[in-house]
Formats: sequence, structure tokens, C-alpha cells
Amino acid sequence: MNRVLTMTGVTFREAARKRVLWMALAAGGAFLILFATAMHFQLQTANEIHAAKIVQRTGAEGMLMVGMYAIDMLIVVLAVLTSIDTLSGEISSGTIQAVATKPVRRWELLFGKWLGFVAMLTLFAAFMIGGINLVTYLMGGFTAHHLFQGFVLIWLESVLLLSLTFLFGTSFSTLTNGVLALGLHGLAFIGGWIEQAGALTHTPKAVNVGVIASLIMPSEALWRRAVFAMQPPLVSGLQMTPFSAASVPSPAMIGYAVLYTLLALCFAVWRLERRDL
Amino acid sequence: MLSTEKLAIATRNLRKVFGHKIAVRNLTLEVPRGEVFGFLGPNGAGKSTSVKMLLGLVEPTSGSALLLGHPAGDRKTRANIGFLPEHFRFYDWLTATELLRLHGRLYGIGSEALRKRIPELLDRVGLSAHRDKQLRQFSKGMLQRIGLAQALLNDPGLLFLDEPTSGLDPLGRRLVRDVIKEQRERGATVLLNSHLLSEVEVTCDRVAFIRAGEVIETRPLSSFENDRCTVMIRARNFCEQTLAELRRWAGSVCVNDGRIVLEVNCPNVYPEIVRFLVERGVEIFEFTPQKLSLEQRFLEIVGKDEGL
Repeated sequence: MNRVLTMTGVTFREAARKRVLWMALAAGGAFLILFATAMHFQLQTANEIHAAKIVQRTGAEGMLMVGMYAIDMLIVVLAVLTSIDTLSGEISSGTIQAVATKPVRRWELLFGKWLGFVAMLTLFAAFMIGGINLVTYLMGGFTAHHLFQGFVLIWLESVLLLSLTFLFGTSFSTLTNGVLALGLHGLAFIGGWIEQAGALTHTPKAVNVGVIASLIMPSEALWRRAVFAMQPPLVSGLQMTPFSAASVPSPAMIGYAVLYTLLALCFAVWRLERRDL
Repeated sequence: MLSTEKLAIATRNLRKVFGHKIAVRNLTLEVPRGEVFGFLGPNGAGKSTSVKMLLGLVEPTSGSALLLGHPAGDRKTRANIGFLPEHFRFYDWLTATELLRLHGRLYGIGSEALRKRIPELLDRVGLSAHRDKQLRQFSKGMLQRIGLAQALLNDPGLLFLDEPTSGLDPLGRRLVRDVIKEQRERGATVLLNSHLLSEVEVTCDRVAFIRAGEVIETRPLSSFENDRCTVMIRARNFCEQTLAELRRWAGSVCVNDGRIVLEVNCPNVYPEIVRFLVERGVEIFEFTPQKLSLEQRFLEIVGKDEGL
């Protein structure tokens, strides 16, 4: 376990030393300032026109979900872009050779690195999701519903993508890895919209297409489940948005996403154990 | 044949095929413990793939290999192995000390031992003044030195050096030679893979010539001293009859630029040749045996360059 933690430490330190983490946190901070400004003007306008409290609150909650949606995308991008090169790059450059010839199992190398990235993503997700909810609380007096559940689902989405880039990184070049991971996430994104549209227009076949897309890549399903948990029913009623609750992924789909993540990680280990370095 | 316990490396019919390409055809090798062994061959001969198979980085298609009496790739055995890859790559955002600490931890060396060992090694490879500098600021030679240091962290029983003098200046090359000598003195086995045959010549006990993934010949370097060599004699008052009689000792005899040139199979006959010439009234001004360099041997054994 010491060797796993050694790799975790070095991976986490790499993110900090290469300033990836600090840049992401700085960009996240700028985003929170922008969000706070927008929220301020929204609440101010609602006050000026003497909108009913329920309307004011619903508007603010909608704004919070927009912010959460942006954060979800930032976390996904951070998960993919920071990790696509970690295995494929080290294999192609030969960096891994000096490390893999030490008395360390390959799974320890992979799992240690994976934990390092998970730690970084957890920190970033906590900073962003915690930050946006703190801003909303200070300005509007409320936070997202079932905040922790939403946090876990968004975090899981990033870990799923991370595990997938680790899997692709054991077999493909950095570029191919990025194209595959983001391509699959794009497929899931489109699939999610098709599923929503299908549900709104009562087209079961379109819903099935969306479900199949989620089975191929369940990342978007995690976001839709997260947003379903975090927003009140009235905001869910806004239809044909990324926050629509027309077709909500089932708990079984969440279980499937967890299994998918674990399998991606296990296959990554299996592949790295067997491949020539 | 030595027993397995006495061998640092023992391979039997090791073979590696990548798709349709045979990288290593049939590698059978025995390297006794405590020996400095040179691995020679042209580019693409399969040297690096062979080393990678021994280190467990590449899975052999067939055959077997034992390192220090254990199957190649065995994790516990790797704790007793040092490796400097041909192109040592590293996390360049680490400092020299941090890199050694990372590799030391992967070896399972405790923090206290590392605190003592790291400054010693940095001093040994001449990088003490750069201990806190990030590796991205290092020159190629400095990187090779830190690579050498990480390979020595665990005082390995078996050390693999793949092109260790690449990028090093004469002082750096001297350092590598001295390190190899120190390793031999403390009883470690060194497998040296180098294109610089002059380096191999001064450091190795034995060499293997490899071509097209197969060991063509393995022999001690000392055996080259008893090998056939060319003798150049600057002399006068010799006749055709004398030259013909020289064929008793020489494979070929010719006169080139006024000098007698002999191809002699064994250096033991030099005194007899000199005595014979003196008895025949030949005046000798110079008698120079010209030993074939390892490079010439290499070309003879491995063959001419047929392109890559």
C-alpha cells in the first residue's frame, strides 16, 4: 500500500507542480465571481419588480442549476484533459520503464495514479460545488436540494471519465484517448437530449435510443440524476433544458454507472498488467 | 555449465515476436554472478528487447529466463536489480532529490536510509550542487548522471546499463567506468549495453555478439589477446626466400610500402619470427603487432552493415 500512496502523492504533486490544479482553481474562482455577479443582478431585478417570493426563489434556483451545469462540464473536462496523457504518455516516452522495473506491481502504479487524480478531482469538485452553494446561500439564503447526493453523482461522473481515460491510456495514444473519452461523453450528451425529447413527445423508441446511449456511456445519466436530486420539482418542470426531468435515469442506471466505472478501472489494470512496456 | 545459483542471468531459447517481426529469435545466455558483461550488436539486433524481457517489461513469446535464480519479472527479485534505460525519462518537474526519493520509496527503502543514501549518491554522480534543481533544468549529461544514481539506489546485485555513456562528456564517461568498476569490486553483476565499443573494451569481462535476435558468439575479452593479429615489420636485407619461409608462422605474408606485413594466428610465435629473421641476416628496425580492436572484431563477427 505504501507504493500505491507513493504514486498517489507523486501524481497529486504533479498536478500542483505543473500548476494544473492551481489554474483550474483560479478559473473556478473567476467563475464563482461571475456567478455571484449574475445572481446579484437577478435578485436585484426580482426585488425591483416586486416579484412574488416563489418566483424570485424559482428564478434563483434555476440560476443555481445553470451554474451547477457549468461546473459539471468543467469537472468533466478537467478529469479528461489532466489524465489523458498520464499512462499513454509515460508508455510512449518510456518514463514508465524506470518505474515499472522497481519492485512494484503494475496495478499499484495504476491505482496509485488513479487515486491521485481522484483526490485532485474531489478537491476541485468540493471547491466548485461548495463555492457556488455558499455564494447562493449568502445571497439568496438557500442551497441546492440534496446537495451531498448531487455532489456525489457529479463526482462519480468525473471518476467514471477518469477511469475510462485510464483504460484507453493503456492501449491508445494520448490523442486517440482524448478523442474516445470526449467522443463517448458527447454521445451520452446527445443521447440524453434524445431521451428527454422522446419522453416529452411520448416517443418510446427515442427514449430507448437515449437509454442505449446511456448504457454505452452513462456519464450524462449521472448528471441528469444529480440535477433531478438537486432541484425542486417546479424547476424540474422547465422542459427541454439540461435540467429537464422528463425522463430521469433510474437508480439502476446509477448502479450501472458505478459498475461501469469499476469495470473500466479493472480492465485498465488487466490491460496494463499484460501489455509490453 | 554453471549452476543456477552461480548465475546472475540465465536464458534459454528466449524469443519475442511482434506481429510478423521476430525481434529476438533464440537468446540463450549465461552470465555468472560478479561479471561485467557486454551486450553488443548493431541497431535493431534485439538488444533492448532482450533487456526488456529480462526486466519483465516485455513478455517473451517463448523461452525462459532466470535473474538471480528467479524467473524474470519476479517482483521481489526486482528489489535487487538496478536499471538505467537507454532513454532515461523522468518526471521533469521533480528535483534531483525528489526523484531519488520517489525511486527509493518504490524500492521500499525507508525514509531514514534514504536520507543518508540520497546525498551519498548525488555526491557520487557529481550532482550535489544541483540537488534542489528541477530536472527540466538539467543538461542531457546531468540527466544521465541522475539516471545512473537512481539505478544504484538499492546497491543492486544485478545492474542493467543501457547505453549509460550516451550524452556524457569524457568526465562523465570516466564516472560510468569507475562506477562499473566499483560495482564489480563489491560483487555485483553488470550487464552493459553500449554502442561505444571502446567503453566495452575497457570495462567488460566478457561480451556477447548479437545479430538478428540471436547470440552469435560469447567470449571473454581476454581471449582476444591471443587472437590472430597483424604484425608490421620495418626491416631491410630480406629476400623472397625469407618471406616464403615466414609462412611457417603466418597465414599471409606480403610487403607493403617496404614493410613486411604478416597475419599471425598466435602471439607466442613472435620471438621465433624475430630469431628467424635475425638468423637470416635481416636488419629489423621495428616489429609492431597490431591487435585488432573490438570494433574490428565486431565488424568481423557481426558482419557488414546491410542497412536498417
